[in-house]
Amino acid sequence: MDLSSQETIKRLADEHGPEQLLVILGAPDPESAEIAAETVVLGDPTYAGALAEAQLGLSVYHALEPEFRSQIDDEIWEDQIGVMADVLEGEEIAVAVKGMRESKPETDGA
Amino acid sequence: MFDGKQIIVLGERDGIAGPAIAACVKNAGGIVIFASTECFV
Repeated sequence: MDLSSQETIKRLADEHGPEQLLVILGAPDPESAEIAAETVVLGDPTYAGALAEAQLGLSVYHALEPEFRSQIDDEIWEDQIGVMADVLEGEEIAVAVKGMRESKPETDGA
Repeated sequence: MFDGKQIIVLGERDGIAGPAIAACVKNAGGIVIFASTECFV
């Protein structure tokens, strides 16, 4: 993940509180989706950016996951995402991101 | 899903771009506080 994006996410988590944030990814494959999700849940695995060792535990979904898809109007979905949904490995991406989401650190039993 | 949340959009050039995701979120009533489109080439 871009170092500048990591700095921005860290600042927003400080300002709003991690529990108020929801991250939506547009990564093109399961590997990059998993790394992006890991970065906002457990911290930057490359230890290069501001989120290194920052276990923010943010809620994170990929735009192709059914939880996100179900929130979006059909016409808007087709206009904005439809073509890429046909090309990308949506199911594999969803499994990768869900796995990271379930790795979220425990916080006060919430 | 979006109720009471501040939304961060991390799109990618070779996947789904940030503005496309942001447009979906906004249309569904979500509040986007940061959107980017990254490139790993």
